[in-house]
Amino acid sequence: MSLDAATIRRIARLARLGIEETDIARLQGELGHIIGWIEQLSELDVDGLEPISGVGQAALRMRADAVTDGDKVEAVLSNAPSRAGSFYSVPKVVE
Amino acid sequence: MAGMVELTGQTLAAALSGLEQGAFSSVELTQAHLTAIEQLNPRLNAFITVTGEQALESARASDASRARGDAGPLSGVPVAIKDLFCTEGVRTTAASRILKNFVPPYESTVTAQMKRDGAVFLGKTNLDEFAMGSSNMTSAFGAVENPWKRTGDETALVPGGSSGGSASAVAARLALGATGTDTGGSIRQPAAFCGIVGIKPTYGRCSRWGTVAFASSLDQAGPMARTVEDCAILLRSMAGFDVKDSTSVDRPVPDYRAAIGRSLKGMRIGIPAEYRAPGMSQEIEALWQQGIAWLRDAGCEIVDVSLPHTRYGLATYYIVAPAECSSNLARYDGVRFGERVEADSLDMLYERSRAAGFGDEVKRRILIGTYVLSSGYYDAYYLKAQKVRGLLLRDFTEAFTRVDALLTPTAPSAAFALGEKMNDPVTMYLNDIFTVPASMAGVPGLSVPVGLDAKGLPLGLQLLGRPFDEELLFALGSALEKAAAFTHLPAVRAGVGS
Repeated sequence: MSLDAATIRRIARLARLGIEETDIARLQGELGHIIGWIEQLSELDVDGLEPISGVGQAALRMRADAVTDGDKVEAVLSNAPSRAGSFYSVPKVVE
Repeated sequence: MAGMVELTGQTLAAALSGLEQGAFSSVELTQAHLTAIEQLNPRLNAFITVTGEQALESARASDASRARGDAGPLSGVPVAIKDLFCTEGVRTTAASRILKNFVPPYESTVTAQMKRDGAVFLGKTNLDEFAMGSSNMTSAFGAVENPWKRTGDETALVPGGSSGGSASAVAARLALGATGTDTGGSIRQPAAFCGIVGIKPTYGRCSRWGTVAFASSLDQAGPMARTVEDCAILLRSMAGFDVKDSTSVDRPVPDYRAAIGRSLKGMRIGIPAEYRAPGMSQEIEALWQQGIAWLRDAGCEIVDVSLPHTRYGLATYYIVAPAECSSNLARYDGVRFGERVEADSLDMLYERSRAAGFGDEVKRRILIGTYVLSSGYYDAYYLKAQKVRGLLLRDFTEAFTRVDALLTPTAPSAAFALGEKMNDPVTMYLNDIFTVPASMAGVPGLSVPVGLDAKGLPLGLQLLGRPFDEELLFALGSALEKAAAFTHLPAVRAGVGS
């Protein structure tokens, strides 16, 4: 199985993952091979089965809506790409 | 004072006794390991970051607290931390270029608990990038060498993955134990490849807080060490309820060490017929039969069982894990932290930062995950996989109504050469054929080294148990360990082969 070039471009765009035009043929082969191998699940009849997203408890715990942490301006800013005073400074992300 | 080889060659349990008796100090013990790292890490590449000064500082603090009569369960013991656990003030890379300069301002819960108990951290160990791989070949910081060699053959072999640096470091006597994480086999398969013990606990047993996320419904931390007892000691410190992880399970942590040596009389051990991989070597089959005989000798009753959906485990995993990975790794966008490649538009900034920051295997998984979650494909792939996951879980639930634990091989082969199996991702994925089903079901799994293949490489057997019955796995694992009397040493180890 091979995924077509348009599909590769589409999913790369959805993932915001830059790929070179020269990589597309390779990715078509690799991803197509993986998806083709995954297709073995089509042998299984799963009609009527419940999907599970994990094995933990069904309901998540609730906690009090209370402040439990804070006053860590310097720690929070320690990985900021740049800062303006005590503010985190990033490129404009709303266009 | 004992020499480097004696200090690094002992078990973690023996080191704790030695410290207790004053036979040596934590500073001496830590220095011996740092010396071994200095000699062998340039070759093995097991550590991405070595924190020698901090290690000696905490060793001094540990010696002082022990002198005050205030020693914790891990006081003074030098261990290595997989570079997926955030460590406050110490660079944490996940073996990725995108986090190559990331210094967390906080400590993961697992490592915080180990520190609380007095452990000394030697540094951060290498891994497959974002824990995605079975060979440690996908690390942005280079491959790791397995300290074991085929007899009469110097070919460099992989340590397995993704916790390959931890496995190599422990096997080569560069640390008394290490942390690993296991999403589909990343503790158990490298433990088997490097001739050490490793346990993936039940999902929810160790907090995931502060551990770089790969596939959140599968990721679970666990210890790697040279004996079952050493893993039991480490897990007691690593495990426990944490309000900061919504999937952490609130139940007491038992004294796992106390389970070792308990009677196994009447324990029912299931042998699942489906754990025979096509083309699996006769040696692995023979070792499996030997393991069955050992457990029978220990008083266990052996029962044939069937886990009929086992063969679908891997394909299910390679939908679920990439789907979760594509979602988790969306946070690495070059904006708030991590590496950035500047561009004219925001979309180009995202695309270029991620293209430059991630390696090929991580990109493949993000793309596969995006594909199986995308509109028009979600039902056919992701929803289907979630349903098959239910069948995999049911296989285990039903088997555990008849038996107390399962015995299987850990991996379908011994360690392979660096660079092998890199041409075809699916061939690499097959490494995890025996470890993935337990991950999908969230049940605990322990790998124990039990013998060598004809080429002199270690092979492991895997014990799988009911949720939260790690104690039985330690008891069974210890029985296998005792029967196997695995005393073989890797060719490269502290004091040898630098």
